[in-house]
Amino acid sequence: MARPGFLLSSWPWRSAAYLLTGAVSGVVVLVGIVTAAVCGGVLALVLVGLPLLVLTALSGLPVAWAERHRLRLVDRAPARGQHRKPAAEGLWAWLTTRLREQATWRELGYAVLFAGLLWPVDAIVVTVALLFPLAMATTPLWLATTGGGEEVKVLKLWTVTTWPGAFGFVVLGTAFLGLGAYVLGVAAGARAELTRLLIAPRDADMGATVVELTRSRVRLVDAFEAERRRIERDLHDGAQQRLVALTMALGLARLDAPEGPLAQQLAKAHDEAGKALSELRELIRGIHPKVLADYGLAAAVADAADRSAVPVDMDLELPGRFSQSVEAAGYFVVCEALANVGRHSGASRARVSGAYRDGRLSLKVSDDGRGGADAAAGSGLTGLADRVSALDGRLSLSSPPGGPTLLCVEIPCELTEAAERCA
Amino acid sequence: MLAEDSVLLREGLISLLERLGHEVVAAVGDAPALVAAVEEHDPDIVVTDVRMPPGFQDEGLHAAVRLREGRPALPVLVLSQYVQRTYASDLLDSGDGTGIGYLLKDRVGQVEEFVDALCEVADGGTVVDPEVVRQLLRRRRDPLERLTPREREVLALIAEGKSNGAIARDLVVSEAAVGKHIGSILAKLDLPQADETHRRVLAVLAFLRA
Repeated sequence: MARPGFLLSSWPWRSAAYLLTGAVSGVVVLVGIVTAAVCGGVLALVLVGLPLLVLTALSGLPVAWAERHRLRLVDRAPARGQHRKPAAEGLWAWLTTRLREQATWRELGYAVLFAGLLWPVDAIVVTVALLFPLAMATTPLWLATTGGGEEVKVLKLWTVTTWPGAFGFVVLGTAFLGLGAYVLGVAAGARAELTRLLIAPRDADMGATVVELTRSRVRLVDAFEAERRRIERDLHDGAQQRLVALTMALGLARLDAPEGPLAQQLAKAHDEAGKALSELRELIRGIHPKVLADYGLAAAVADAADRSAVPVDMDLELPGRFSQSVEAAGYFVVCEALANVGRHSGASRARVSGAYRDGRLSLKVSDDGRGGADAAAGSGLTGLADRVSALDGRLSLSSPPGGPTLLCVEIPCELTEAAERCA
Repeated sequence: MLAEDSVLLREGLISLLERLGHEVVAAVGDAPALVAAVEEHDPDIVVTDVRMPPGFQDEGLHAAVRLREGRPALPVLVLSQYVQRTYASDLLDSGDGTGIGYLLKDRVGQVEEFVDALCEVADGGTVVDPEVVRQLLRRRRDPLERLTPREREVLALIAEGKSNGAIARDLVVSEAAVGKHIGSILAKLDLPQADETHRRVLAVLAFLRA
C-alpha cells in the first residue's frame, strides 16, 4: 500500500468490493441466524425445533466457507479451514465429528460476530470512504439533473447553487476519493486479518516447516538404515573373513602340533577364535540381517520366529518386497515384540500375522500371556514407534492385565518388487 | 573347484585342501567365473561362498542353484556366514537334494570335520551345519511333532552328515539302536521305499522344510 502505484492498482477496488460484499452478506447472515434461532427456540417447545437449533449451531460452517472464499479478494495466500475428515461415511458421523470440533464453534462465534458487529463496520467504512467522496465528486451531475441547474445539497450539509462551486466539490471529492482508497485498503486489510485469525489460520508457513521436518526425519531414518548396512558389510568383508582365516590357520596348525602343552594352547586359541566368530555373527545379524536384504520381510520374520524362545505360529501373506526402510522397521518391530514375549509375557504360544492391503503393510504380533505390557516402560518399543511414525505408520499396543497382548503395526507403503523371490 | 571372493580365505582354503590330498582344479572370485569354470573343468565338487561380486548379495548361492539345474548330480558345498535356513532350503530344493552341503564358514577351522563333510557331499550325501540344525530343532512343528525327542536328535545328526556309527558314538548307544531309531523316523515321516542313502536324504529334507 506504501507503493506509489497503489491508487492505480486493482487493490482499492478489491478492498472496496471486499467490504461492500461483507456489508451485504452480513445482513443476510444476520437475518438467517436470527430467523433460525427464533424459529428453533419457539418450536423447541414441541421438539420440532431442536434440529433447527442444531442447524443454527452449524451455521458457522457455510458462513466461514463463504468468508474464506471472499478472503481471496484481498489475500492471495490460500485459506483453509481446520475441519477434520469424518472417520466414517454418513450423515451421523459427519454431524458428530463437526459438533465435537473446536473449529465448528469458532466458526459459529465468527458468524455471530460477523452478523452483529463486523458488517455494520464494513458498511460504515464503505459509506464514509467511498460513497461520501463519490457524492461530492458527482455534484455537477446532481446539479444538472435533480437540482434543475439551480440548487443542490451536497451530503445534505452544504448547499451549492453555482457551477464553479459544484466543480469545486468535484476537486474536493476526488481528493477525498484518493484518501478514501487508503482508508478502504487499511480497513479491508485489518478485516481480512481478523477473519484469517478466527477461521483460516495462516498455516502455510507452518505447513512448509512441517513438511520439511517430516522429510528430513525420513532422510535421517534412511541414512541410519544405510549406515547399518554399511557397518554390516564392513564387518562381513573385514573382521569376519579375517577371523575365519585365523581359525583355519589355527586348525591347520593343530594338525601339525605334537601332543603336549603346545597342542593344548593351540586348541584353546582355536576355541576362542571360534567363539569370537559366532559372537561376531550374532552381532552382525543384530545390526542388519542379511536375509532381510536378500529374501525380504517374510523370510526374515520367519527366521526371527525360529529363534524365538516361545513357539510362534506364522501367517504372513506378503505379495512382494517393500522399500528397505519399511522392511527394516517391520522386521525390528516383530523382533522386539517376540523378544518381549519371550522375556515378560509368560506366554506358551505367540502368533505373527501380516498382510498387505490397500497400500498398507500391517503386521500383528499376539501372544496368550499375562498381558500388562507397557510400551512406555523402557522397552525398545518407544524407539521403534518413532521409527514407524517417521514412515507415516502407526504402532499400537493392547495389553490388558491378564492378557492377551496384541501389537499392531501399520505402515503405508508401495510394493517395490513382485513376489518372485520371496521365500 | 573353489569360488570365494576374499583372497585371504581362497588361498587359505587352497592350501588346506591340497595339504589334505585334494586337488583344486580352479579357484575363482565371482559368480560368473564360477559358472564358466564349471563348464570348463567339470569338477567332482564345487565349494562356493554365498556372498560374492558383482552384487555382494547371494550371487554365489544363486550360481550354485543354477548350476544344479543344468547338472542335478553336481555336488555343491556352500560356505556361508548366515545361520538362516532360508538360504539352505533354496539350495536343498535344487535337484533331488543329494550331494548338497551348507556349512558356516566357522567350520573350515575344524579342518578334519570340514574335509569329512566335503567327502560326504562329494559322495552324494547331504550335510547341514550343526548351528542351522540347532535352530531348526527349536521349531516344534508337524511332521516332526510325531517324533520322540530321541528320534529328533538322531535326525539332527543325520542332517549334519553323520554315519550311523558316528551317531552311535555321539549318543553313546549301540549302532543297532541307532538303526532302529532311523527305521522308526523313516516310517513316521511316511518316506517312500528306496535305498537307504536316498531315504536318509529325504528325511533330512523333510526335517529342513518342516
